[in-house]
Amino acid sequence: MTTYTAPLKDMQFVLHELAGLDAIARLPGYEEVSPDLVDSVLEGAATFASEIWGPLNQVGDQEGLKHHDDGRVTTPKGFIEAYAKFVESGWNGLRFDPDFGGQGLPKLVDTAVMEMWNASNMAFSMAPLLTQGAIEALFLRGSDDQKQRFLHKMVSGEWTGTMNLTEPQAGSDLGLIRSKATPRGDHYLIQGQKIFISFGEHDLTDNIVHLVLARTPTAPEGVKGISLFVVPKFLVNEDGSLGERNDVRCVSIEHKMGIHASPTAVLAFGDGGGAIGYLVGEENRGLEYMFIMMNEARFGVGVQGLAVADRAYQLALAWAKDRVQGKDATAPKGPSVPIIRHPDVRRMLMSMKSRVEAMRALAYVVAAMIDQAHRAPDEAARASAHAGVDLLIPILKAWCTETGIEVASTGIQVHGGMGFIEETGASQHLRDARITSIYEGTTGIQANDLVGRKVLRDGGRSMAALIGQIADVCDELERSGDAQLKAIGQRLRDGSRCMADAVEWIMATGSRDLNAVLAGAVPFLHLCGVVCGGWQMARAALTAQRKLAAGDGDLPFYRAKIATARFFADQDLTRAAGLRDAAIHAAAGTMALAEEQF
Amino acid sequence: MKILVAVKRVVDYNVKVRVKADGAGVDIANVKMSMNPFDEIAVEEAVRLKEKGMATEVVAVSCGVAQCQETLRTAMAIGADRGILVETSEELQPLAVAKLLQRLVEREKPDIVILGKQAIDDDCNQTGQMLAALLGRPQGTFASKVEVEGGRVRVTREVDGGLETVSLATPAVVTTDLRLNEPRYVTLPNIMKAKKKPLEVLKPAELGVDVAPRLETVSVREPSTRKAGVKVADVAGLVEKLKNEAKVI
Repeated sequence: MTTYTAPLKDMQFVLHELAGLDAIARLPGYEEVSPDLVDSVLEGAATFASEIWGPLNQVGDQEGLKHHDDGRVTTPKGFIEAYAKFVESGWNGLRFDPDFGGQGLPKLVDTAVMEMWNASNMAFSMAPLLTQGAIEALFLRGSDDQKQRFLHKMVSGEWTGTMNLTEPQAGSDLGLIRSKATPRGDHYLIQGQKIFISFGEHDLTDNIVHLVLARTPTAPEGVKGISLFVVPKFLVNEDGSLGERNDVRCVSIEHKMGIHASPTAVLAFGDGGGAIGYLVGEENRGLEYMFIMMNEARFGVGVQGLAVADRAYQLALAWAKDRVQGKDATAPKGPSVPIIRHPDVRRMLMSMKSRVEAMRALAYVVAAMIDQAHRAPDEAARASAHAGVDLLIPILKAWCTETGIEVASTGIQVHGGMGFIEETGASQHLRDARITSIYEGTTGIQANDLVGRKVLRDGGRSMAALIGQIADVCDELERSGDAQLKAIGQRLRDGSRCMADAVEWIMATGSRDLNAVLAGAVPFLHLCGVVCGGWQMARAALTAQRKLAAGDGDLPFYRAKIATARFFADQDLTRAAGLRDAAIHAAAGTMALAEEQF
Repeated sequence: MKILVAVKRVVDYNVKVRVKADGAGVDIANVKMSMNPFDEIAVEEAVRLKEKGMATEVVAVSCGVAQCQETLRTAMAIGADRGILVETSEELQPLAVAKLLQRLVEREKPDIVILGKQAIDDDCNQTGQMLAALLGRPQGTFASKVEVEGGRVRVTREVDGGLETVSLATPAVVTTDLRLNEPRYVTLPNIMKAKKKPLEVLKPAELGVDVAPRLETVSVREPSTRKAGVKVADVAGLVEKLKNEAKVI
């Protein structure tokens, strides 16, 4: 059994020093969010994650799910009890409106807690993640009756939620959705098949609230003709009690590479005549409603990348300290040593550690921007936070998931041959992480969104603001007079210049050769990810240096932070120039062959 | 019925402690601190008695530095109604804590005082017994079961060779053993509520107690590391070593 310990010290450092928890606590409605409250919340979640979810991670992977002939899906041993405890402990409602039983805490705090759920057990975390998305949709666009009927039990977690978008012919292109919704008085009858529905069927709760995209008979073709419906597994009576079983059945579940304990269902709606569904908001605006949640859903998947990376790092680190093999290269006559003494193993561990910390810093900073975008009292501050979030979401989603996969793969390498053996648990993290760069928009889709909407359509304004912010940090590093910080500052400045070069090229090329820009979009996104990660690590180093100068707090932690930022600057930021060239010159090779030459 | 529970802030049980270079004590700078596990059991027991309708109020008390407020908040998140911190940065030894608790018992007039049987940092196992003696009240230590009936407390104690059951007149002092209960996971709503519960801060002088240490710590050392073994040639060699070196036979 592998264990998980929440990295509370680094989480608290990032929350307080980099993401500006005190500024979030000054936002309207968050007045009670004191540092000591947040510390208690994190400690409570950390205990729950390591003692309840962590031990079930490998069990869930090995045992997996069972689909029964009658359509039931049963979860691995221990999941029902653990989920009941999760609900009873009130964790599901952390960030939701107190009117519906939530605790109304900021996204920033939620993000740290979601990291813990995902790191301790990513497959399980899919349940609250999807439920949160469904709650958000109903909260923003549902009628009062729908909110009263569904939200209380979804916020508590007594019922889970799902998002039914994909159909066999409609994946990334949702315009091809064929599911039908026929009006019948106060409701609609839904018919059609949905696939890839996470937690679409399970035995953790007595009801499941499906949100389903479908077309009404008069709907126009394409993306402008899709409506959103709420379709509960069991109908809900006026008084909140459960009514008849709705006409939705789980036909099968997928056999997947990873997240084995997360049921990915094929759902058949209306095989018996039509599932009862209620329209959310207005007809033909379903996709628009989905897009409101898209940013946060993508953000959530980015956090998964971070979380799995951290779990993989913890496992690899424990192995490297324990596994004795070979001599210290500088003392060949001495005793055999734990492999952490070997410089290349160190390099792997540092690459894992530095990336995890860079991802965490970037994710929490974006979470704080999401809070600002929702709650800042000043209109201009909200708008600027909003623009920042829009720009950073595709970067965060794709960079954290791709990096998470790389870190999990490095974790296997640290284990040597045993990493390839399932028993160590190292491979589960890679298998689990692998989906994160695919669902909620593949890396390619994120990169297209970044260059298309966030750079070209935006006229490069948000990008220029970001580059300006990074330049300020470079100046501060330069002025510090400290050799380490100056070295980090130089790397960051070089990286940021590469990003500016690429942006300039995209702006100049986009209108005349869009394919050239799109061919280099993924290297460009990676470039932005590396520079943003380096930017946050540089901010971390500056703070650490200030603390050291003041002799304030955990000095070894701050020294390690600076060394880790230096490692990231030397090992990852130095890739910026290569990524810039790859982005700018992608088209020459990528688009050169005719289709038949492949 | 009112219950007073004493909780101590100690180095978290997961932390591998290190002795300070000068041997003056254990290094607790920047180390994760949490509630003494035996005290957590004490709080849990008190809260269960309240939930069963046996007790009406649970008051948590801690003595020590300002950060002990966090420990009290944890106790309140488990279910204690309010907290009292006797704040001092002085090193507190069991007798001083027992005297502070004595004053608080006189003030609060609880029917039962529940404490952990010992703290995992200094392993003294003295405070509860000293408190009972100072108060002149009965004690039931190492409890693995606590029942309240007719104004008396029935305590099942874990003793060498088995279980002993005692019936105590209240007010009484009870100290908890490991098997008394399994503390609950704190819930998020209760963490939030704990922040709003009253927490009073007092100084030892206000209680008229002199907390100056009565014992001097001469030195603190790591346990000696295990020495490499040796192969003995025969049984006679083994017996010789057991007799003369290890002196165990």
